[in-house]
Amino acid sequence: MSNIAIEAAGLSKKYFIGGARKSYYRLTDQLTDTLIAPFRRAGNLLRGQAAGAAELDETIWALKDVSFQIKSGEVVGVIGRNGAGKSTLLRILSGITDPTEGYTDIYGRVGSLLEVGTGFHPELTGRENIYLNGAILGMRKAEIERKLDEIVAFAEIDKFLDTPVKHYSSGMYVRLAFSVAAHLEPEILLVDEVLAVGDMAFQRKCLGKMDDVAQTGRTVLFVSHNMGLLQMLCQRGIFLNEGAITTDGTISEAVDAYLQTLEQVKSQDLSKRTDRKGLGQVRLVGAEVINSSNGSSSILKTGDAAHLIFHVNAILPRMVCNILILDHLGQSIVGFGSATHGPEDSFDPEGGLRFVCELDEILLLPGRYRVNVSIIGDNRLQDYVEAAMTFDVGPGHLRGRPASSTEFFSVSMPHRWRLPLKD
Amino acid sequence: MDSIDRQPRGVAALPGKDNMLVIPKNLPKTRRQPSTGWAWPKLRELWEFRELLFFFAWRDIKVRYKQTVMGASWAIIQPFFTMVIFSLFFGRLAKIPSDGVPYPVFSYAALVPWTFFANALTQASNSLVFSANMIKKIYFPRLALPIATVLAGVIDFALAFIVLLGIMLYYGLAPTINVVWLPFFLLLALVTSLGVGLWLSAMNVQFRDVRYTVPFLAQAWLFVTPIAYPSSMLAEPWRTVYGLNPMAGVVEGFRWALLGSGSAPGPMLIVSVAVALTLFVSGLFYFRRMEQSFADVL
Repeated sequence: MSNIAIEAAGLSKKYFIGGARKSYYRLTDQLTDTLIAPFRRAGNLLRGQAAGAAELDETIWALKDVSFQIKSGEVVGVIGRNGAGKSTLLRILSGITDPTEGYTDIYGRVGSLLEVGTGFHPELTGRENIYLNGAILGMRKAEIERKLDEIVAFAEIDKFLDTPVKHYSSGMYVRLAFSVAAHLEPEILLVDEVLAVGDMAFQRKCLGKMDDVAQTGRTVLFVSHNMGLLQMLCQRGIFLNEGAITTDGTISEAVDAYLQTLEQVKSQDLSKRTDRKGLGQVRLVGAEVINSSNGSSSILKTGDAAHLIFHVNAILPRMVCNILILDHLGQSIVGFGSATHGPEDSFDPEGGLRFVCELDEILLLPGRYRVNVSIIGDNRLQDYVEAAMTFDVGPGHLRGRPASSTEFFSVSMPHRWRLPLKD
Repeated sequence: MDSIDRQPRGVAALPGKDNMLVIPKNLPKTRRQPSTGWAWPKLRELWEFRELLFFFAWRDIKVRYKQTVMGASWAIIQPFFTMVIFSLFFGRLAKIPSDGVPYPVFSYAALVPWTFFANALTQASNSLVFSANMIKKIYFPRLALPIATVLAGVIDFALAFIVLLGIMLYYGLAPTINVVWLPFFLLLALVTSLGVGLWLSAMNVQFRDVRYTVPFLAQAWLFVTPIAYPSSMLAEPWRTVYGLNPMAGVVEGFRWALLGSGSAPGPMLIVSVAVALTLFVSGLFYFRRMEQSFADVL
């Protein structure tokens, strides 16, 4: 017998999204509606209907009938694509928002690391922000005082403790923010993709900290896109797809189910995908990879030359295309951005609305890869699509040296050995 | 993705573990469910987070005058120069009566609680919108935000009050014994500010129109409060009606407690207290009703 930590029954969450407008039959209808609407909205508001202003708009179910039980001490990974409802689930569990239907019972204090550094004030010093942020996260003053040294040591900012955080480097800032949050000691901890902060050394440290937390018998819910990380930390996995639980089992089962749906997404038309972020003045409408060393085949081998082509539907000033290549476990391998100009970059208005990234040699070892793409325009994020395309790399040669797959790493580099003996 | 069969959920899907789950008795249970209808304000939770209330107020005070040349003296400059202008135009030119007290003291004694109220009104109404990011990312009692901004104003009030004592000294006026009632009138100002602040902050989340209404509201309220003139200009049945503006009760009370001018608190004050309490309690309930949607609407 074990204690229950979280029970969710039929959790659903409806959101209102703007856009869809009622079409008017007559001008008089429109006029009366315009005149009456403010009063009706005020009435709704007084009756407490939050969505008073949005009643004519379209709705979307971010979570639909989600039920599960988590027992005390379990470490659970929550997996899903963007917009699958992972964050909504954590927001309901932490109390930020109410479910529209269903309920969840939580036993014990809940701490959440949904986004580090919210609530930091740039004008206050590191020490002052530790107190403020700690209090926001639900720590008592005495508790913060007791842990102050530990927090400061973990964040490695001791020299700057009494400097306003606006003078901090971004690295110091996130280290401090994470450190405060990581020293929360609730019975239940909700963690949303916060491990990807700071430099590699600090990330490893955060990981160690999270591993410690997971070992101390606390209940932890992790949301991450990093499948390797989740497989390392969690025993159980819940895979959410379009707001519903598709798989609830061991972490490997959940990861497998997730990877399968990524394959299915690949075949879907990019412009029809809704799991994207950004303003939307420009959308990524197509992505393809072409092997440029043997014409236009889409079969790639390590060492081949390739073109990665990204089609957009509009042009904006200062438009930039950023891509990130990830391996099949979701570990990021390499990324490029068109904002950093090189002498070989060229301008090709005849090519149409597209970005082409030309690679002379593919240094990826055989395996399956996917590409996340973001389009920046006018200095704002316009579009972000995860797994905009996936591609396979087959065994090939890198400058004549055979390249084959290994589970330990996924990139090679042109190299030569100088050997002490000839065998 | 319908092709993937749904596996049994929850505990049943756990691999090879005993499936008996019991409800722990030693841990507090929290239920999160759709909120329907009116509910009790979460005052106990606010009490548990009372340190957060303190930290928010402390942050507001600490940050407010950073990067200003004049610093905290703004707390004094604002009411002081209003007093100078009022004394020139209403006192000297319009010759508005001041209950036998020098006009500058008369108006400044009213401007001290008024400035507290007006600032609380403006800052509380924006408190939630300005902290939108935090509200969307972290859970803490939402009540802490507007309440802390109002409480932070007490420091400004104290600074302006010290200047008031200085002005009284300059005019050779000593506080009367009525001064023991002063904390009560400050409390009345606080309750009024909180009541209006709770209403406006919650409404501002839903309707950003509030932001444009508040400066106008503050200005109109200034003129319907006996700051530039004494409420003794009104005859009796109307004086009691005047108490419907709780700030009228506060301002008259301040003058009576400090300067002994005007008349002792009477029916007008009772009306003011009733209105202030109604505003405050209804504000708490309205806030409670709206707060679940803050994170979704902001």
